[in-house]
Amino acid sequence: MTPPQRRRRYPSQEAVEPVPKPTPEGEGGDGKRPPERLYVVAGPDGERADLDLVTLIVARADPPPSATPEQTAMLRLTTAPLSVAELSAYLNLPFSVVTVLLTEMLTAELVQARAPIVRQALPDRSLLEAVMHGLQRL
Amino acid sequence: MDFKGSDTIPGPRTEDHLPHTAQAAVKIVIVGGFGVGKTTMVGSVSEIRPLTTEETMTQAGIGVDDNFGSDTKTATTVAMDFGRISITDQLVLYLFGTPGQERFWFLWNGLFEGALGAVVLVDTRRLEVSFDVIGRLEERGVPFVVAVNTFPDGPRYPIADLRSALDLAPDIPIVECDARRRASSRDVLMTLMRFLHSLAMTGALT
Repeated sequence: MTPPQRRRRYPSQEAVEPVPKPTPEGEGGDGKRPPERLYVVAGPDGERADLDLVTLIVARADPPPSATPEQTAMLRLTTAPLSVAELSAYLNLPFSVVTVLLTEMLTAELVQARAPIVRQALPDRSLLEAVMHGLQRL
Repeated sequence: MDFKGSDTIPGPRTEDHLPHTAQAAVKIVIVGGFGVGKTTMVGSVSEIRPLTTEETMTQAGIGVDDNFGSDTKTATTVAMDFGRISITDQLVLYLFGTPGQERFWFLWNGLFEGALGAVVLVDTRRLEVSFDVIGRLEERGVPFVVAVNTFPDGPRYPIADLRSALDLAPDIPIVECDARRRASSRDVLMTLMRFLHSLAMTGALT
């Protein structure tokens, strides 16, 4: 029996162009009526902090009296470091909504963000070795 | 259980808390078609019960995939399961299992670009489902290994035939695994890490 056959592809400039990120709040496009906002917990649209799924978030303060229920929940969850992905999961909110909420909280210095280590042109071999050692202990 | 608060939002169990020393995280993406065992693999190696993060896809993405059903929907939710492995007191590894369709990938900021690398999980019963995924990783220059999840009722091909059928570059590792087994899934991740390490040694990683 012969398996189906694939044809190899190669890195292409076009393919690595970033696809425009859809905004769940919607800014419309192609001249159409902008879609309705899906979430209002995030407050007014603004610049979003560059948060990755695995950026670790840590609370810097107790919830202030002015904190929204979402902010209070976030601050409770992040008394120990927690990734944005985990916050999204526990709060049952989409990733993009969590990043908007966190942007506000970073600006207000309620939380601190610990950036992830991303793949680089020349990756840190000691980092790769650390991960290998960690996996071997599993 | 949280005795202090009255909040009803579930959080991590006490034993699932990361230490305060956790400084940074890295991620690996496990990608493959529906039902190929991505979540099984994540769950078999994760130290936490696998969690799900969601993203909402608005109208632009609708109507191009008949899986979405009704045309009257204005938004659809795409879910991604993930797990976690503490590497050291400072470093945490996250594993994300993501659907194979590229239009989902940009929903999560830098999902592949920021990842150390990817595991393409394939099922020999539906080998062609992985063709597009592999091609897209090649185009994006994301380093990956191929893991063949062995299902009892799946056709068994010699690895050399699979390598040829998938038209893999000679240096790309391809291994068989049983995603249900922790040791087997761990070995797949080790294969990826050794591959990344070899790329780092030769300076080939871009």
